Amino acid sequence: MGMPPTVVRPQVRTLDCPNCGGAVQLKGYAQTVNAVCIQCLSILDATNPNLRVLQQFKKKQRFQPVIPLGTRGKLQGVQWEAIGFQVRQIVVEGEAFRWTEYLLFNPYKGYRYLSEYEGHWNFIRVLPCLVERQMDGVRPTAHFGGKKFAHFQNSNPESIFVMGEFPWQVRVGDKVKLNDFVSPPLMLSVEETKDESIWSEGVYTKPEEIWAAFDLKKVHGDAPAPKGVFSNQPSPHASKPGSSWKLFALFLLLFIVTGIAIGMFTQNKSVFKRTFAFTEGVQTETSFVTPVFQLGGGSQNVEVEVNASLQNDWIFVGMALINDETGQAYDFGKELSFYSGYDDGYWTEGNTNDSVTIPDVPAGRYYLRIEPTMKDDSAAAAATGSTVQMKTRQANYTIEVKRGVPSFGFLWLAGFLLIIPPIVNTIRYFSFENTRWAESDYGGFVTSGDSDE
Amino acid sequence: MSRAQASCPGCGAPIGFRFSQAVQTTCEYCKAIVVRHDVNLERVGQAADVPMDGSPIQIGTEGQYRNKNFIVLGRIVYEYEAGRWNEWHLVFSDGTSGWLSDALLEYAVSFLVQTRAPLPPAQKLNPMTPVQFPDVSPETYLAGVRTNANYVTVQGELPFEYWDKTKCFFVDLRTFGRGFGTLDYTENPPLLFLGETVEFEELKLRNTRIFEGWS
Repeated sequence: MGMPPTVVRPQVRTLDCPNCGGAVQLKGYAQTVNAVCIQCLSILDATNPNLRVLQQFKKKQRFQPVIPLGTRGKLQGVQWEAIGFQVRQIVVEGEAFRWTEYLLFNPYKGYRYLSEYEGHWNFIRVLPCLVERQMDGVRPTAHFGGKKFAHFQNSNPESIFVMGEFPWQVRVGDKVKLNDFVSPPLMLSVEETKDESIWSEGVYTKPEEIWAAFDLKKVHGDAPAPKGVFSNQPSPHASKPGSSWKLFALFLLLFIVTGIAIGMFTQNKSVFKRTFAFTEGVQTETSFVTPVFQLGGGSQNVEVEVNASLQNDWIFVGMALINDETGQAYDFGKELSFYSGYDDGYWTEGNTNDSVTIPDVPAGRYYLRIEPTMKDDSAAAAATGSTVQMKTRQANYTIEVKRGVPSFGFLWLAGFLLIIPPIVNTIRYFSFENTRWAESDYGGFVTSGDSDE
Repeated sequence: MSRAQASCPGCGAPIGFRFSQAVQTTCEYCKAIVVRHDVNLERVGQAADVPMDGSPIQIGTEGQYRNKNFIVLGRIVYEYEAGRWNEWHLVFSDGTSGWLSDALLEYAVSFLVQTRAPLPPAQKLNPMTPVQFPDVSPETYLAGVRTNANYVTVQGELPFEYWDKTKCFFVDLRTFGRGFGTLDYTENPPLLFLGETVEFEELKLRNTRIFEGWS
């Protein structure tokens, strides 16, 4: 008989770097193919029992991972250990943009990634399927999970720094062909070689979530605020401005209903109406009072409307609404003027009617004291050099008093105030989207690629 | 599942078959590859040691796929340029066989299928070439990765004779969804496996390997 079967437990291995002799720990078990010596940064073949050196560097700039390798954190309910780190770089018009990527490992669930650029994080998984691509006008789209993703950028990132361990071959200087598609908060990326397309899906993740998951506060303090707008960052200004307009439309409907209700429940009752004739200079006592009329209901408004028959003339009607029982008086006046003529065409100026609304007049018996005048100030008359003064000036005027007149003014004001948020929202939304898309291959916001299916 | 008891023709250790239709197994003690002819066992070769392995799955792992219980009774180990992967032989409660592939902890369950559709020659399967097998699947598959692999070893019970292999050649089939397939051009005519990719959690695995410090 041979050896009895034994259960071999997977072990974390520690080996010596053949280049510098430093300890290299392998925590990704047997899947790890390449490992980087933390001391000399040599890339080692982890499948070789002697850790053959695959790539080494005389002098190398070091980058420090924000998440120290070996740190574990729980994301979406699963515990992951950061085992690999790399810095990738693209060069656009001579300017280098760098971002970092973390390889996360769980011995049962496999691998995930975190990417970080200027404080913007994405939690990424490789998709076990292909993703359908189409063209939407000039812009390619990708379709996955019932969502349409708009093409954002085509790039050729290069690995400029690697650390930790990886279940595949890594080398500094490796380049890939990458295309990104966005549908915030999601992003689809495809890395293409001549043989295959590997799709991955990233979820925009707030830095605070990363900080909490990997307990980074004790290492770095608070998470730094992300800079600028990232390609798949959800807009803080509502997902679409449409929703704020919908809310506004709802309010508008409410206003119309309120307006109808006001119209239905206010009295709008004419309590006094009479026409008077006035001739300037004839009456010696120009002030007179009307008969008493009743103002019903509780405390409601009163509208006094003055209508005068004027032709190239004016009249001032001074009035006081006086409570017959208490003597309380509301003083007001109205000047009406109306001029017309024919120069380069017919013209008119002014109005022959106007009204005054007095709010909150208690119920009771009231009368009006009226004092009309058409007398020019002597100074004004001298200034205008008017000839009107020479002829007899007279006018008929009608005064009507209405009780409980519906007022829609506040509705207009509220409507005006309520239209501001959707407008601001719309401006902000487009401004945010413009900032997002300014970094894309398209340089600006194209609405056609921006709808869910 | 009967557990036919016999002795290893190599070392005499007891050999049990837990899968009644198993054609081949390996001796747990001396790693002899043993093929079953009716009641006789023949030692046909020697299995290489299973290399150090990071898979959470092992022989005896139990789980569920589409509400059917299975147990892992055997495996084939392959290696390719980027590492190794396992094809675990699943035996379902209804006595049927399936395969659970585990490559870098990405999992897929597939089944050997017989199709009347002609299987395209490998050289015609450029990436993204569509392939259909209308008599066995409504899906349109797209040719994916082509893998030149080496057979490493076998372990446990398999539904067919599989040993003494060297070079193998596979073409992966992908879809826009979970649909997944493999064409095994090592055999002539090639073998077609169809199935789907699965998440680890979905398999509800029990009796997995233990990783110190992980749960």
